[in-house]
Amino acid sequence: MLRYTLQQLLKFFLLLFAVSVVAFVLVSVSPIDPVQANVGQTAWLNMSEAKRAQLSEYWGANTPVWQRFINWLGAVVQGDLGISLRYNAPVASIIAQRFATSAVLMTLAWTFSGVIGFVLGIVAALHKDRLLDRCVKAYCFVLASTPTFWLALVFLIVFSVLLGWFPLGFSQPVGVSSSEITLFDTIHHAILPALTLSVIGVANIALHTREKCIDILQSEYLRFARSRGESIVSQIRHHCLRNIALPAITLQLASISEIFGGSVLVEQVFSYPGLGQAAVTAGLGGDVALLVAIAILSAALVFAGNLIANLLYGVIDPRIRRSGFTSFSDSVKQGGANASHDI
Amino acid sequence: MLTLNHELEQSHHHHKHANTSHHVGGHHLMQVENLNISFTMYESDARSYFNAKQVQSNVIHDLCIGVHSGEIVAIVGASGSGKTLLADSLMGHFEPNATVTGSIWFDGDKMDAASLKKLRGHGISLVPQSVNFLDPLIKVGKQVQGFTKSNSIKKCADKVSPKNISNNASSISNSDDANNSDDVSNTGNTNKARRFFKEHRAQRAKLQAKLFERYNLNSNVASLYPFELSGGMARRVLLCCALMDNPKVIIADEPTPGLDLELAKVALADFRQFANDGGGVLLITHDIELALSVADRVAVFYDGTVVEETAVANFANPDLLSHPFSKALWHALPEHDFFAPTGGDALS
Ligand SMILES: Nc1ncnc2c1ncn2[C@@H]1O[C@H](COP(=O)(O)OP(=O)(O)OP(=O)(O)O)[C@@H](O)[C@H]1O
Ligand SMILES: [Mg+2]
Repeated sequence: MLRYTLQQLLKFFLLLFAVSVVAFVLVSVSPIDPVQANVGQTAWLNMSEAKRAQLSEYWGANTPVWQRFINWLGAVVQGDLGISLRYNAPVASIIAQRFATSAVLMTLAWTFSGVIGFVLGIVAALHKDRLLDRCVKAYCFVLASTPTFWLALVFLIVFSVLLGWFPLGFSQPVGVSSSEITLFDTIHHAILPALTLSVIGVANIALHTREKCIDILQSEYLRFARSRGESIVSQIRHHCLRNIALPAITLQLASISEIFGGSVLVEQVFSYPGLGQAAVTAGLGGDVALLVAIAILSAALVFAGNLIANLLYGVIDPRIRRSGFTSFSDSVKQGGANASHDI
Repeated sequence: MLTLNHELEQSHHHHKHANTSHHVGGHHLMQVENLNISFTMYESDARSYFNAKQVQSNVIHDLCIGVHSGEIVAIVGASGSGKTLLADSLMGHFEPNATVTGSIWFDGDKMDAASLKKLRGHGISLVPQSVNFLDPLIKVGKQVQGFTKSNSIKKCADKVSPKNISNNASSISNSDDANNSDDVSNTGNTNKARRFFKEHRAQRAKLQAKLFERYNLNSNVASLYPFELSGGMARRVLLCCALMDNPKVIIADEPTPGLDLELAKVALADFRQFANDGGGVLLITHDIELALSVADRVAVFYDGTVVEETAVANFANPDLLSHPFSKALWHALPEHDFFAPTGGDALS
């Protein structure tokens, strides 16, 4: 057990290290000049040469990338994530605030897509090749090939502009002091972006659940359950749910990366001030410290998702739980490899 | 009990009897008459997908077979001859593209698709072929207990252990009556229902424990998962699943795959016990040697129908067999090995 924990920890830190190296390299080879990008074109043109030099010193444009990386690493080891140059505030506090906003969105989307996809999948499987199944399948295939940002725009036009049911953007009402903002406001603003995200996420889990459920309904053990006189409700309740739940949960945990990726686009369309939007701003503005911190956070989330999925298998599936720890840790090892692969 | 004189009535209902065949209540436990099963399919040799015509392919025609109380009837037939299909029909499983005609009688009553369905787990029980027929994620004990609400639970409990459980059952019904008289409110009723199910479950757990004891399954087997069972344990567990529902007829489809004759005979001793207690067993196999050594009667399945249904004793001499295919089977047996040295595999 100790060995396994150490292994996972080592893997985790190597992953974070790799992610931060890649982020630094990408920012340094990006053609964007942070000074121009941040002060704006007019200000740049009217600026004195000395001022420009001073600013590029501030943005670290003259320091070689490896040196900046080492400086950054030294600070991080001491628990300092640095200062976001773009927002002119400590990275840690920006991340904390943005993450809180995004977490609402992503948790809603993740739960909706999981539950709705699971139910749709089972319903489709029970009506295999009949009308309901065709509808679910058509829905999934259409959605799986729909660009997220496009769907976000359509939702925005229909529900916010035409129907006026939801606000046009942001995570809170504009011009209201934060003490007056209620939980209702927060959720009201999160619903449309969350809906966009989950509607897209549903396809994957629904199709997967449908496939799995059809397999199980045709399995020998369900045939035997029927032969013993079990009703369809009992078959679903006692056999199907149990056998589908585990792969579905795993899939849903592994889909955290997709939800995260989708949230970047959706937050942009809805001007939703979350992590995704901050990532875009940081990337376009050459704000390395912030960008790296966001990359690390997302990598950690995805890693955690995969790790939990693997551990759940060990806890829930008796074939893994009971067959001793060796094969269990082997299967987890494989899962760990997948985890780093996903990122 | 009405026992026919087997000397005189050697042949009725197209079949011959064995000494163990009984006509309890004056009828067969199960009787199939003129069963026909055909499938609507698309021509397989059509030139293209689009001009394929629908054709009827007949798999079983004019099949008759009977199971008496107290006997094991073996159906012997080649692979793909439709044995599983017959078992499925008896369980009321019909494929959507199948056309089925004929009549099936169970314990004196004529059955249709709906009533066959009702008999699943309430009169006819299936003993499946392998551990794959158990849910991989549920403990064996729980699966043997099953998830159906059997009304025959008490009868069955009496049978396994006359004293112990029936006492329990009567005390349960007493307390129910007491509850009934002074509790008329709705919550009282739901409480009662909940208690009833709890007791019902407790009874099934008790019965399962009894069955495990009777079939030499250690009590800790109940908390194993199917993948942890050995082959022999799995077979006994599957049999317990069937017996749990207190059936009158057991249908066993190839219950001893991969076992040699000696081991298979041991495995089938439990079926013998069940038959001796008055049940009927329909044993499906492609192994004529096995059929002859454990069954009372053998039905020879050939070319989509049962060509001969006769007592095992009649296989002692080919002159007692009437159909040419049964005679060929006789010649193919290892002890008469001048025709086909491969023995029991003659059918396949
Ligand atoms: N739904 C179906 N549509 C068309 N043909 C079918 C269908 N179900 C079964 N059959 C055909 O019925 C025949 C009998 O199959 P069955 O499984 O009953 O054979 P079996 O005697 O049990 O063989 P085995 O000893 O290998 O188990 C096969 O030829 C199969 O192709
Ligand atoms: Mg078969």
